[in-house]
Amino acid sequence: MTSATAVKEVHTTHERQGFLKTYIFSLDHKMIAKQFLLLGLFMIWIGGGLALLLRWQLAYPEQPLPLIGASEQYLETGEPQSSMDRFWDSELSKSDDEQGWLTKRMPVGIITPAFYNALFTMHATIMIFFVVMPILIGCFGNFLIPLMIGAGDMAFPSLNMLSFWIAVLAGIIMIAGFLVPGGHAASGWTAYAPLSSDPTWTGVDWGQNLWCISLVVLGISSLMGSINYITTIINMRAPGMTFMRLPLVIWSLFIVAILLLLALPVLTAAIAMLLFDRLAGTTFFNAAGGGDPLLWQHLFWFFGHPEVYILILPAMGVVSEILPVFSRKPIFGYKAMVLALSGIAFLGWIVWGHHMFQSGMNPALGATFMISTMLISVPSAIKTFNWLGTLWGGNITFPAPMLNALAFVSMFVIGGLSGIYMASTVVDIFIHDTYYIVAHIHYVVFGGSIFGLFAAAYYWFPKMFGRMMNQTLSKVHFWFTFIPFNCTFFPMHILGIGGHMRRIYNPMQYEFLQQFEGWNIFISISAFVLGFSQLIFLFNFFWSMFKGKKADDNPWKATTLEWTTATPPPHGNFDVLPTVYHGPCEYSVPGAKKDFTMQTENVDLQAMSGNGGNGA
Amino acid sequence: MLDWLPPNISTIGQEIDNFFYVIYYITNTVFFLVMATLIYFLIKYRYKEGREAKYYHGNNTLEVVWASVTLVALLILALASQPLWSKIKQDIPPSDIVVQITGKQFNWEVLYPGPDNIFGTGDDYQIDNNLHVPVNRVVRIVLKSKDVIHSFFVPSLRLKQDAIPGREILAWFEANKTGKYEIPCAELCGFGHSGMLGYLFVHSPEDYQKWQQETWPPDIEEVGL
Repeated sequence: MTSATAVKEVHTTHERQGFLKTYIFSLDHKMIAKQFLLLGLFMIWIGGGLALLLRWQLAYPEQPLPLIGASEQYLETGEPQSSMDRFWDSELSKSDDEQGWLTKRMPVGIITPAFYNALFTMHATIMIFFVVMPILIGCFGNFLIPLMIGAGDMAFPSLNMLSFWIAVLAGIIMIAGFLVPGGHAASGWTAYAPLSSDPTWTGVDWGQNLWCISLVVLGISSLMGSINYITTIINMRAPGMTFMRLPLVIWSLFIVAILLLLALPVLTAAIAMLLFDRLAGTTFFNAAGGGDPLLWQHLFWFFGHPEVYILILPAMGVVSEILPVFSRKPIFGYKAMVLALSGIAFLGWIVWGHHMFQSGMNPALGATFMISTMLISVPSAIKTFNWLGTLWGGNITFPAPMLNALAFVSMFVIGGLSGIYMASTVVDIFIHDTYYIVAHIHYVVFGGSIFGLFAAAYYWFPKMFGRMMNQTLSKVHFWFTFIPFNCTFFPMHILGIGGHMRRIYNPMQYEFLQQFEGWNIFISISAFVLGFSQLIFLFNFFWSMFKGKKADDNPWKATTLEWTTATPPPHGNFDVLPTVYHGPCEYSVPGAKKDFTMQTENVDLQAMSGNGGNGA
Repeated sequence: MLDWLPPNISTIGQEIDNFFYVIYYITNTVFFLVMATLIYFLIKYRYKEGREAKYYHGNNTLEVVWASVTLVALLILALASQPLWSKIKQDIPPSDIVVQITGKQFNWEVLYPGPDNIFGTGDDYQIDNNLHVPVNRVVRIVLKSKDVIHSFFVPSLRLKQDAIPGREILAWFEANKTGKYEIPCAELCGFGHSGMLGYLFVHSPEDYQKWQQETWPPDIEEVGL
């Protein structure tokens, strides 16, 4: 505990600091958390906007976009009707070199095939690396770890600050890719070589290079973060906070940090090889030069599958935190939850080949990866069982954090079950590379991670900003997200079963996909509603930050350490370092005065409740 | 939802579809049971003034039973499908016809060995994007790529296999219904990926022979070269 005490001393003797030190180059984990949150909330609009452009093209292939596109009359007659028509008219009369950014990507408002490929590549890249990771891991990891383990700050505050600003740098490099000649990376977020490794095949030059550089830089940021998280959780827990008393969200962040620490160097190495192939003439992934395109896939998915768990585990942790609070019950099977997490952390490393069943990898390996993939669904099944068990016999209320947590559970069930189809090697033959996969990943990453993210935002907002978010708006936002989400992504299963390939620019080019035109339009309209509904969240978030009702120290009557300190917590977090006496979710202890027993309350639960609630 | 599967015209397609159906019924049952339980709990245990929630930390026996049932069910599913996987991807049967198909941005090059049945001789016959085969015959495909990764996908045959530069990958099928079917590319291969599309023509034996006679070059030996 010496390091914890040392950090505490540093922070309690803190002077009031200037604007720069408080808001920009802050060393306080809570401010860094908010910075990560803002980074993610900024990038989500770019990532989401790209998705809406994609959906326009899929519903109304090769038709001009609304508002900025040329009019029908202009396209037919060449007579400009509106100011946009006149704009396109003058753009098209220019030479190739003089044409603007927009004209190169969507002349007369029609998205080109090359730009379409850049759109889905960047939609996925931004959502995964610059939205879900900064918010769930960067923001909530930073905010919750010290507060929930009873520490004054992170182990390495300066490293923490650096980690954020390096992430911003990576974001700037990634966005810059949109501006370079040749357009942004267009080989999918999976960047399969040799499409990605030789500019000849896509015509994309510095776009793909900047994509590589940005992810390497971001990897440095994540590495700094994960080292910090691991060190803090191991060394700076308050007295009495044993590992088996850690809140489950901290457990999941701990496992995520370990996965990040081990997975990112693999990605960095693979991307370095890709960059060398592109810039230095090496042939790691070029068969003609003795390399192997499949090497990229092995390296990428060896990183990529743990990455999927990096995206979902923090959300699982959040939900395991929220369900007990609003059921007023202890979490069902705490130890099983920790075991399941550890199981995922181990098995996550030996399933990557299930992305490659049809890749030309030796088919004998298919059986191995199918079995390991079936194994890894067991921990997820245990978790779902425990979430249901937590609700059983509770006294359940439904504020916005709970609604989003329940949405997580049900959407994760769909995403998990649809995964069984592609885990089966033979069924995967047909659904591989179809919209079935797109549906699956969105049920896991949107239905899972993003609902987890909203649940966390609604739940911890009072502690972060000292005010409550408006409950009515929160609920309206929830329903306007939950229903359009399902209308957007559920029908994609139907497309996938029909054989609808992913990443195609115009489905109407195929006879067997003509029948899905109606579904594609329905999906796109739902996606537009889903996208614009997020304005409700944005408004609620910033309005509540300044005008919301003042929050109590413990508005949800929860038991973990962050609710024992002031709202918002002072620099250094706790006036007196807390001492922990029992596990994280002791709700409705028989014989207790109130239905929640804080982790800091020095009471004998065993004596109060008879058998300690250990069940049969 | 099952009606959406394209009509199957291959000998192994029905077996793949059967696995699909089995998983479909299992996952749907699980989904509805889990959702019913969830909704039942949410209604039954919704907030009531004065209700005391159960103080209960879990039940290890139940956890073990639940995990074991899941594990066994999934392992059975995996092992049961293994013979079919071997049949499709590993034990390529002896074939009546061999065709080389090469993916390139953004076409399928289809190469027949010609009348002498040997590749690399003067009578090889190449066409773009059209694959002609006879019905009820095992067709072996040697899959190659000239540039980037493509994926040879015939929805009606339930056949998908990536083509990789630098490798020759074997695939096979036996179509049991005549007609014209689409062969899209299923792996992103560049700006022309969408629309990279070939056609499979499954002919009756007579029609296939007629097509051969009309299009293939004459047999080198027969004409005495």
